[in-house]
Amino acid sequence: MEMTPRLSLAGISKRYGPVTASHDVSLTIMPGEIHGVLGENGAGKSTLMKIVYGAVRPDAGTIQWNGRPVQLSSPREARALGVSMVFQHFSLFESLTVAENVLLGLPANLTLKGVTERLSRLAAEYGLELDPGRPLHSLSVGERQRVEIARALMTEPKLLILDEPTSVLTPQAVEKLFVTLRRLASEGCSLLYISHKLDEVRSLCQRCTVLRAGRVTGECDPREHDNAGLARLMVGAEPQLLERTPSQVKLTDRPALEVRGLCLTSDDPYGTRLVDVTLSVRPGEIVGIAGVSGNGQQELVAALSGEDARADGRFVFLHGKDVTQAPPHVRRARGLRVVPEERLGRGAVPSLALAKNMLLTRNDSIGRFGLLNDKALLESTSSLIARSHVKTSGPGAAARSLSGGNLQKFIVGREVEASPKVLIASQPTWGVDVGAAAQIRANLLALRASGCAVLLISEELEELFALSDRLFVIAQGKLSPGLRIEDASVQQVGVWMSGAWPGAMPTTPTGVRVHG
Amino acid sequence: MVRLRLEPRSAPSQPWLLGAPLLALLITILIAVLLFLALGISPVQALGVFFVDPVSTAQGWSELLVRATPLILIALGLSICYRSSVWSIGAEGQYIVGAICAGGVAMHASEQSSRLFVLIVLLAGTLGGMAWASLVAFLRDRYHASEILVSLMLVYVAELLLGYLLYGPWKDPAGYNFPQTITFLDPALLPRMLSGYRIHYGVFAALVLVVLSYLFIFRTLAGFRLQVVGLAPAAARYAGFFVRRSLWTAMLISGALAGLAGALELAGPLAQLTPQVPAGYGYAAIIVAFVGRLHPFGVVASALLMSLFYIGGELAQARLGLPKSFSSVFQGLLLFTLMACDILTNYQIRLVRAAPRLVRSTITPEVAKSGELVQ
Repeated sequence: MEMTPRLSLAGISKRYGPVTASHDVSLTIMPGEIHGVLGENGAGKSTLMKIVYGAVRPDAGTIQWNGRPVQLSSPREARALGVSMVFQHFSLFESLTVAENVLLGLPANLTLKGVTERLSRLAAEYGLELDPGRPLHSLSVGERQRVEIARALMTEPKLLILDEPTSVLTPQAVEKLFVTLRRLASEGCSLLYISHKLDEVRSLCQRCTVLRAGRVTGECDPREHDNAGLARLMVGAEPQLLERTPSQVKLTDRPALEVRGLCLTSDDPYGTRLVDVTLSVRPGEIVGIAGVSGNGQQELVAALSGEDARADGRFVFLHGKDVTQAPPHVRRARGLRVVPEERLGRGAVPSLALAKNMLLTRNDSIGRFGLLNDKALLESTSSLIARSHVKTSGPGAAARSLSGGNLQKFIVGREVEASPKVLIASQPTWGVDVGAAAQIRANLLALRASGCAVLLISEELEELFALSDRLFVIAQGKLSPGLRIEDASVQQVGVWMSGAWPGAMPTTPTGVRVHG
Repeated sequence: MVRLRLEPRSAPSQPWLLGAPLLALLITILIAVLLFLALGISPVQALGVFFVDPVSTAQGWSELLVRATPLILIALGLSICYRSSVWSIGAEGQYIVGAICAGGVAMHASEQSSRLFVLIVLLAGTLGGMAWASLVAFLRDRYHASEILVSLMLVYVAELLLGYLLYGPWKDPAGYNFPQTITFLDPALLPRMLSGYRIHYGVFAALVLVVLSYLFIFRTLAGFRLQVVGLAPAAARYAGFFVRRSLWTAMLISGALAGLAGALELAGPLAQLTPQVPAGYGYAAIIVAFVGRLHPFGVVASALLMSLFYIGGELAQARLGLPKSFSSVFQGLLLFTLMACDILTNYQIRLVRAAPRLVRSTITPEVAKSGELVQ
């Protein structure tokens, strides 16, 4: 018998003012099917999913649920049907605990105690380690995503939408998540899996819909295509290839950035304590730090950038000079530049124009008496926008009006063009589309070629292996021994990400379960 | 069926940034008309007293500017505070202490003093206001005491300090035991611009400071830093702009401006310290700052409006027998309606033609169950 589709969309269109987010999109998903939705950032994946989830109403088109037309005018109605969603941009309340956040999305007759118990059970079952009592504001990005996934699973969904869920997981944890997702599918739950990671879609999904600029550019069985073919559908062009020349750096070169035995207790009660962190980055090399989010990356970047200059002692050295207590602008004056993980709110002020955001870290448009030279500022911003291919209406556009990828291109460009001697890049391509990610990676390689020392903190192993000369792993605030990239394997680094490197004290790192 | 829906704007609407205060003023006037009707007063006559009579004579304009001067000065400082998320509401206290310090110096002027003596008087007032504000900054910085409460409570301390001086050591020996100081001699006072009118050169000082504030906020790195600290604290830390520094900068600037306002008032229209020094300008300036969009030029316009309410209130008391506090009603209404109208700046109202919604039964358990049947 022909099965009724769990969900079918036909002719869905949605416009936001002049921007077409979706145009005539059709998509069908059967019960128990894992359906990939591929596309760059801004291709309209999130809008389409919000339509399915009832958070956004389409201007045109029909939605059928199990063969019946439905009108979803709120997430509540979608949830009543059995649609659940894990958002890419988290919709969580900072001031509430994990359990309270989960409770908020659930029917009102549940108690906090019951939810806490179920949450602990469910989290353990699916390998999502979570402390239900922790306040959300103390959680890292990766930990927050775990909360979102757990919250979605609590509703026992018929259709689960996942928006880029693996960006914060170790390779082993991704495999485990996939096992979970396949099990959910075999139980009859349909899955919409949004991603830009071609390998994942090819290994997980039976069908996939490719979107570009709000339109469907292809529907296929991803297992029958190679990465290049899918990428062509997605981007409309061949992705930029990275060329990495062999390292010219000698071990005897004097490090540009050096950390010696840094110990630092986080000022956040739920933060990670840094323990005896030692590393050095020489001019002309990229040193990568792998690790699951929430294992001390934020604390390390804060200590290196000067945002957290509380460390009492001599731990951080720039070109041999102690800067442990120096504030950010002093370190910047000595050639240290930082691309922070958090783009809106830290890397840029959301409500201010791009030109004003240049002033956060660049002082080339400031004249005598601290007076701003508006003309020079607008010119330098315009030329940065052009050189970095930032898609925006101009230097007067507010930072928050840019898509994530475009804002990141702007921030990376702002820091890279200041010709840094040391660059620290934290999750530079997180949630960024393929094109922008390739450009940012090319930027980092160009810096390396020009003799800049680059410290790359990332959760994407693929990226770390493509760019780094040497690799460290961070787990529970401790740093593994360094590995030359030639000697490292994904498997080994994956094991180390759980804290189990030779000579490590046997501890369980934050949020990681040791698999197999 | 057509519904109204509020949709967030991607960026604040520029036309409504200007339009909201005007709409707020219109609504305020409409409510006032209703109040006048309820009180049995002809709204036409009453509105004339409030909005036309004060500006129909040269004397009226002079008074308007005299009232607007302290409002402008204090609101400029508060705008800088609020832009950097320092929520000081105690400018009244800094104004009083500024007046006290100015008065303390002014008492020592003699007939032989230079005409420039008044500059020392103004400087004393400015420093006094800064000192009073620095107490707030210090307690906030050192002990994390709320600047809202501390600044407000220091107003009462300042009022009591003024009372102590007026009833005690500074009382005019020849003043028939009234709580007031001697009337200051000319070298300690601002020269009048026109004889017969109270308008003084302080109004020019205020306008110069409007321009300087504008340059500081929008054209200097220091002003930019303050705003970043207010808008995005994490970005400020990343950039190396310090919250402590902006707290001190904002408090000292606003203290200085409030203190200067007090000194100008003393060296201008008052010419002696009396219990009437605290006139509520420090509180009214909070409304002036917000109605003026925390922008120096906007502050000028809203200070003139607020000043009109003051004078209109006094005229209404004399001519219509309305209580003087009617001008406070106007001020309060204006702030409330502005807050309401500001919705339009950040949201747009859309007419939504509700699509023929399927009856709610489409999402009742039967449909959810039908999913299970298919499985």
